[in-house]
Amino acid sequence: MFCEKAMELVRELHRAPEGQLPAFNEDGLRQVLEEMKALYEQNQSDVNEVKSGGRNDLIPTIKFRHCSLLRNRRCSVAYLYDRLLRIRALRWEYGSVLPNALRFHMSAEEVRCLKDYGEFEVDDGISVLLKKNSQHFLPRWKCEQLIRQGVLEHVWS
Amino acid sequence: MRDDVLPERQIPGNCKAGGPERMAEELDLPGQDSEEGGEEVVLTPAELIERLEQAWLNEKFAPELLESKSEIVECVMEQLDHMEENLRRAKKGDLKVSIHRMEMERIRYVLSSYLRCRLMKIEKFFPHVLEKEKTRPEGEPPSLSPEEFAFAREYMANTETYLRNVALKHMPPNLQKVALLQAVPKPDLDSYVFLRVKERQENILVEPESDEQRDYVIDLEEGSQHLIRYKTIAPLVASGAVQLI
Repeated sequence: MFCEKAMELVRELHRAPEGQLPAFNEDGLRQVLEEMKALYEQNQSDVNEVKSGGRNDLIPTIKFRHCSLLRNRRCSVAYLYDRLLRIRALRWEYGSVLPNALRFHMSAEEVRCLKDYGEFEVDDGISVLLKKNSQHFLPRWKCEQLIRQGVLEHVWS
Repeated sequence: MRDDVLPERQIPGNCKAGGPERMAEELDLPGQDSEEGGEEVVLTPAELIERLEQAWLNEKFAPELLESKSEIVECVMEQLDHMEENLRRAKKGDLKVSIHRMEMERIRYVLSSYLRCRLMKIEKFFPHVLEKEKTRPEGEPPSLSPEEFAFAREYMANTETYLRNVALKHMPPNLQKVALLQAVPKPDLDSYVFLRVKERQENILVEPESDEQRDYVIDLEEGSQHLIRYKTIAPLVASGAVQLI
C-alpha cells in the first residue's frame, strides 16, 4: 500500500526515546520521494486522459493518489522537522561541540543547518555567560558546561 | 542583602554610572560621578534587579513570548560592568569582595536564564513570532529585540532551506511549498498559570471552558493568588498588574 515507507520513518522516530537521535535514514527518505514521483507521474497521465479522453472514472483514483502524495509529504517533513527538534534539544544540552557519535547520525545538511544556527546563538545567548573568560578561579557549576565542551580545562594545582 | 550591595541612591532611567557608589565607599575607592541624562523613569539599582526578576518569572511561566525588555537587560549589563570594575580595584581577600561577587553571579544567572527562556520560545514558535511582529499595530511595543528578530529570521530561513534542500525540491512541483505558519504548533494560550495580583482589577471576564458554562466576571483583589487560564489575564501581565509565579 502507498505511504508505507513514510509511516516507517515516522514510526522510527516515535520509537526512539526523547533525547536520542537515530541515524539519518537517507535510504528511507529516498524511497518516499521516489514513490511520490511515481504517484505524481501516474496522476499526470490520468489527468490528461480525463481532459482529453473524458475518462471521468479515473477521478477517484487521481484523488486517492493525491491524498497519498500529501500524506507522504506530511510524514517526510514531520520526520525531518522532528530530527531538527531533537538536534536542537541536544544542542542546548551539550553546547556547540556535539559528541562525535551524534555527528555520525546526522546528515550533511543537518550539520550545516546546525552550524548556521550555532553562529547565531554564540553571539546572542552565550555572550552573557562567557564574560570573564580569562578568570582562573570560577565556581564549579559554571565551568562544567565548558569543561564538557573542552573549552576549559580543570587544573589541579 | 540586596540593599547593602546596591545603594539606595536614585539614578536616572538610562542607568548611567551612579550604581555602586556606596559599595565604592565601603571598599575605600573613589566614587564615580553619575551623568544626568535623565528620562522619565527613575530607578534605584535594587528596583532594577527586582524588575529583572519579575520579567524573568513572567517569561518563565507565560506560554507565549512576552514583550522584549531590552532596557532592563541593558541597564543590568551596565550595572554588572560597574560592579566588576569596582571589584577589580578593591583589595584582595576582603570578605566583602566575595559576597559582592556572589551577588553578581546571581544577577548574571537570572539575566542569562531570562534570555535563554526567550530564545527557547522564539525557536519553538518561530513562524508565529515572526508573523506577530510583521502584523504588529503601530503603538504596540515589539516582542523581539533587534538581535532576537535577526535570530528568528535566520532560524526560519535555515529551517526552510534545510527542508527544501533535503526533501521538498525533490518532490512534485505542486507540493514544494510547506506553510510553516500552519504546520508549526502555536503557543497554548489556554494553559493555566499561577499569578499574584499586584494591582486590584475589577470585572475581568472569564470565558467558559465548555458549552454548558457561561461567561462570568471576577474581581482580582490586591495580594491574592489565583490559578487561571493565561488567555484571560494576558493583558494584565503585559501591563504589570499581575505577576506570574
